[in-house]
Amino acid sequence: MEEKILLKYIDIPDIQKMEVYQKHDGYQAVAKALGEHKPGDIIELVKTSGLRGRGGAGFPAGLKWSFVPKDSDKPVYLCCNADEGEPGTFKDHLLMEKNPHQLIEGIIISAYAVNCHQAYIYIRGEFYQPRKVLEQAIKEAYEHNYLGKDILGQGFHLDLSLHVGAGSYIAGEETGLLESLEGKRAEPRLKPPFPAAVGLFKGPTVINNVETLSNVPHIILRGPEWFKGFGTEKSTGTKLFGLSGHINKPGVYELPMGILLKELIYQYGGGIIGGRKLKAVIPGGSSTPVLTADEIDVAMDFESLQAAGTMLGSAGVIVMDETTCMVDALANLTRFYAHESCGQCTPCREGVSWMEKIVRRIEQGKGRKGDLELLLDICDNISFKTLCPMGDAALGPVVSFITKFRSEFEDHIVQGRCPIKKDKSIKGRG
Amino acid sequence: MAVEFSPQAEKKFEETLERYPNKEAVLLPVLHLAQQEFGVLSDEVLEYVAGLLALPPSRVKSVASFYTLFNIKEVGRYVIRVCYTLPCALNGAEEVMEHIKKRLNIEVGETTPDKKFTLLGCECLGSCNTAPVMQINDRHYENLSLEKIDQILDSLE
Repeated sequence: MEEKILLKYIDIPDIQKMEVYQKHDGYQAVAKALGEHKPGDIIELVKTSGLRGRGGAGFPAGLKWSFVPKDSDKPVYLCCNADEGEPGTFKDHLLMEKNPHQLIEGIIISAYAVNCHQAYIYIRGEFYQPRKVLEQAIKEAYEHNYLGKDILGQGFHLDLSLHVGAGSYIAGEETGLLESLEGKRAEPRLKPPFPAAVGLFKGPTVINNVETLSNVPHIILRGPEWFKGFGTEKSTGTKLFGLSGHINKPGVYELPMGILLKELIYQYGGGIIGGRKLKAVIPGGSSTPVLTADEIDVAMDFESLQAAGTMLGSAGVIVMDETTCMVDALANLTRFYAHESCGQCTPCREGVSWMEKIVRRIEQGKGRKGDLELLLDICDNISFKTLCPMGDAALGPVVSFITKFRSEFEDHIVQGRCPIKKDKSIKGRG
Repeated sequence: MAVEFSPQAEKKFEETLERYPNKEAVLLPVLHLAQQEFGVLSDEVLEYVAGLLALPPSRVKSVASFYTLFNIKEVGRYVIRVCYTLPCALNGAEEVMEHIKKRLNIEVGETTPDKKFTLLGCECLGSCNTAPVMQINDRHYENLSLEKIDQILDSLE
């Protein structure tokens, strides 16, 4: 059995309650951080640990914190990004619902590191159950003086509020999140200035993902060297991998960075449903380029996946078997991005909708000669021409699906119908 | 009837204000509160919220219409959102949707004549490990089968 960090106590009954959490090292990291370390030390420890953002971009967390100015005349804010919405991703959902205090503890230590006294958790509106659990946990943390004034008598104060989103993928983009928190449409901002300089309410702001922050107490308690013992040289620690799609055992798996995708699917995920053949895998959430069945001998870490022409992203692995029509699957994803475009930038607002229409017509057997070139041309005209990464997220699947499954797209156009024997029935797993 | 918060909602509103440095930032929490209180965010409700926060009504409507969970149109008592994004689609979301459509005899986007159910499709609910999934009002229903869907719909008053 692999040693776990984040999910170590996940099966302990009532771990979401303060008294149980405290019996499992709970809040010892806060006591240690506030009692033994200066804020700058915490930043150094997290830098040394190599912890990289778990939201998708993989930016080193300690480095991000070090960009916050030490002498700001405006309040510093910390926002926990819990707007988990990348299709195929459901790890933060689990972390919040099952072990909310681990996250709160990470927020307290991180806020201390950047001299922040007001933190927000931006949780997506659809997550009702995790929200209820977090509300209760925050209340308990105040009652035990882990939040509020003069925490544990160490002179540090921190308020933490839950901010509930209302249904918007783009609110998970960090500046979209800030806009939404300020009571506006979640329309991303032009960068620079970056949030560390000018963020929430114009104050310096750190935005970290739920999983990133949940790692922090463990790094403080057990040290960066211990943390670096997991994973690879440049992708340290464990990672929560989400398995979904045509897989026998879907779920969240905590494994060291660098585990082979093949092992993840067959050893941990129990292989493909119904013993069918694997056709394709999206390795890191819907925006990451797809891999074919021949490409799964790849290590699941930031560098290896980049070398394979894709990304670790949010590590949401979507598995597709031989009954999947790749054109249909792509039509589904382009619909998602067309729906979620905030509409600010013309290339994304118009282009992604066009892509959806074209892919859908190919799937329906009404594709035209030249449609694939047209799609790639649209991609080319979206790429790096939008304010936020959403435009490029939308074209990740389009380019890779067409490149790797071109003949399937061409068959649809030439034959004027879908040639795949699809199985779209409800999959029971017994 | 004039639109106005109940004393409980008023109290919650006051508490919420304390958690933010300015009134504008309270807009999303207040819209959630108003939706709980009045069911639908009608133009009258949006104007009331605008008044509370000293914002132009057009601003409030622009924000309310941006987010999918805010009901700016009339909906039934139960809003069914069937997730149809890829991981759910691979696990039978289409069959789920067809079954509910047939059972309620409505199309996606419609409300039953008795105003009990509104049926909507929605993008990823973040529960791909338990696909297919749907959300009814606040609650998620996971690992759906046709029998399970029938049981769930039967259990709703």
